[in-house]
Amino acid sequence: MSLLTTSLLAEVQPIAVGIFAGFVLFVLWLSFFLGKKAKSAAGYFAGGGNIHWAVNGISFAGDYLSAASFLGICGMLATKGYDGFLYSIGYLAGWIVALFIVAEPMKRLGKYTFTDALDAKFNSKGIKLAAAISTLAVSIFYLIPQMVGAGTLVEPLLGLSHATGVIMVGAIVIFIVATAGMASTTYVQFLKGALLIVFSTVLTCCLLSRGLTTEPNQGGQVEFHQHTTLVGTLQDDKLTLADKTYKDPQIVKIPGKTPGEIKMQFVKLTKSIPATPAIAAKGDTPATPAVKASTKETWWLLTKDDTKTGSVHLDETQWATTKADDSQWINGLPASEDNQLRQGSNLIKIQGKTGKAATVESMNPASFLAIMADEGTVVRTWPKQALDTEKLGLSEKAITIYYPKELPGNKIMRPGLKFKVEGTWLQKMDFASLMLALFFGTAALPHILIRYYTVPSQACARKSTIVAIAAIGFFYVLTMYMGLGAMVSGVVNPADGNMSAPLLAKSFGVALFAIVSAIAFATVLGTVSGLIVASSGAVAHDLMDRWAGMKMTEKQKVMAGKLSAVGVGIVAIVLGIMFQGMNVSFLVGWAFAVAASANLPAILMLLFWKRTTAKGIVASITVGIISAIGWILLSPDMFVRYGMAREEAIVPFSNPGIVSISLSFITLVVVSLMTQGDNVKLEAAKAKAAAE
Amino acid sequence: MLHEPAAPQGKDYGTAYKTKLGLWMFAIYAVIYIGFVTINLTNAKLMEKPVFLGMNLAVVYGFGLIILALVQALIYNALCTRKEKALKAADTASDTEVQA
Repeated sequence: MSLLTTSLLAEVQPIAVGIFAGFVLFVLWLSFFLGKKAKSAAGYFAGGGNIHWAVNGISFAGDYLSAASFLGICGMLATKGYDGFLYSIGYLAGWIVALFIVAEPMKRLGKYTFTDALDAKFNSKGIKLAAAISTLAVSIFYLIPQMVGAGTLVEPLLGLSHATGVIMVGAIVIFIVATAGMASTTYVQFLKGALLIVFSTVLTCCLLSRGLTTEPNQGGQVEFHQHTTLVGTLQDDKLTLADKTYKDPQIVKIPGKTPGEIKMQFVKLTKSIPATPAIAAKGDTPATPAVKASTKETWWLLTKDDTKTGSVHLDETQWATTKADDSQWINGLPASEDNQLRQGSNLIKIQGKTGKAATVESMNPASFLAIMADEGTVVRTWPKQALDTEKLGLSEKAITIYYPKELPGNKIMRPGLKFKVEGTWLQKMDFASLMLALFFGTAALPHILIRYYTVPSQACARKSTIVAIAAIGFFYVLTMYMGLGAMVSGVVNPADGNMSAPLLAKSFGVALFAIVSAIAFATVLGTVSGLIVASSGAVAHDLMDRWAGMKMTEKQKVMAGKLSAVGVGIVAIVLGIMFQGMNVSFLVGWAFAVAASANLPAILMLLFWKRTTAKGIVASITVGIISAIGWILLSPDMFVRYGMAREEAIVPFSNPGIVSISLSFITLVVVSLMTQGDNVKLEAAKAKAAAE
Repeated sequence: MLHEPAAPQGKDYGTAYKTKLGLWMFAIYAVIYIGFVTINLTNAKLMEKPVFLGMNLAVVYGFGLIILALVQALIYNALCTRKEKALKAADTASDTEVQA
């Protein structure tokens, strides 16, 4: 969490804390109240199986729209344009697989968990074990980013440390789940899903009625920062500037991918700050002390305008520095509440017009997107570039420069800024692989699948999925407006795009910001409780009861479920603390890929291929988990995290889906064909049992 | 342990019909989804073209995929419910005949 966000949140702490505390207290009361319902195993694991389909549908939305959906997608749209919306499309399309293929059979075959459905035909110990492990693996991968997100949000909201935040969220969720299991979890998700959709709509309406300008000032709260450029000439790497207050230019060249290629050039300049005399207080104006003459280091982005004459211009940047003594500096001065990275990203041309002539008073949903997609619309965004200080011989430990980049509307509003759809075939494969994993991931997420057991019939399972599609689809349409709205409103924190949606709300006033922050936090609570119910079901029902064959009474089963929830909750807390600072949406991508690879081939083939055998399912789940996780660990994205070069990675692209889902399918078919004898024996045993 | 669904369920009517319909619905959606991915991979520039109310193909196709999901879901539900009702009515009628 950056200082910028921290201080913004601190400003509204009382309101945000009030709203959040109200939400938590209500939820705890509800859990306590519903706890009475959760005395039986069906009550605990499946909310009694009689939750209304409409409530269940909105709870699906509450369960599904995690912090990654709300913060991550809006953040990516705000910094990378349309590419963020690809996640919205993929996540929603996944529900088609859930509705048309998985919903009714899951409901027909299972009892409490997805393992039940897979195992319904075979009653195989292998399937129980493999499916329970897969449920735990996917749920834990999904839990880590949620807990990390909780810590990140609670840190500034309540002024607590990351670890305390994670422990607090963990404790609340454990209480919710351990008191009333699926019943209370359902109502938490219902509330949160409904609130999220309502306030996202409010935020979108505010955005459209505010209109567009090239000098956004957050509704008058923040003065628009005028961008500074310097002009000069560059001859044989010698830079001469027109403005003589800047001296000692030092050019830093950032190498490109091919040898000898220069990706961009930054210039370090020393600015002379003249002395100013003290001014005595006069009327309402307070006295200002005298300032001695000094110098300040500044960083600029160099662009060549004319190679013949050598004329260049320099754009101002922002930069964060870690000095040798570990002190943090922002834009050449020590970081403090008053000195932070400036929020940015704004329109500099609207359909070819600049200045006051460009202003758009108000918009409708279509005209906003049409303006954004216009070739003549230009947005100034703030990507970052880390400098290799050691190689460059700089004394600082680390320098990250946030530099201005102008993007035309037609490029922003189509895929390509993040996912290289026009790149090499490997880059294209990466994109196809991501779209495949998103499409097939949803219908394989255990915490989504268990929700099919909370409604009384197949028809209700179907109807609740439709409500979910309507609610989630509507929300995803809104992500486009919230994300792009943040992009053009000058509210994006260059260091942390994830806070774009809450910061857009901030530009409409403190109250909306407080509500949106509290909802973002509630989002984490809802999703985490669903995951913990799914994991506790995997441990208590699949592993202890069904796999290990432990004889338990209904009461003992509920107790086992509650204890498992506490256990999984503690694991989640520990992991949430360990993974502090790790990117949230990155880990959610893992969970989708692992779920799609491990679970989906097994579900689909069981339903539609009669020759599927128990051993085939076990092998497919195992190969799916190992290949998906293995691929991710050996991928270019992970190699960057290990501190190595992307090129050193063992596998060529980062999204495993296309490979691991295919491998899992092939394994299932091959192993099933090799073990057809098992099915013959199974049929014979069934026929014998029926005859008896 | 008896391993039945969590809530007592009535008879499920038209399972085969619903499965077949679901597969067809899925196939239609999958083809249109693959179309979206394919255009992006083969002719990404096409996505810049304004096609409806000034909005470009990327936006219209993207929103279209979301709306299509809902429309298909509603059609699927209507057809399934109609079939279930018809089969249930036939079932009840034959039960009454048997009893009579």
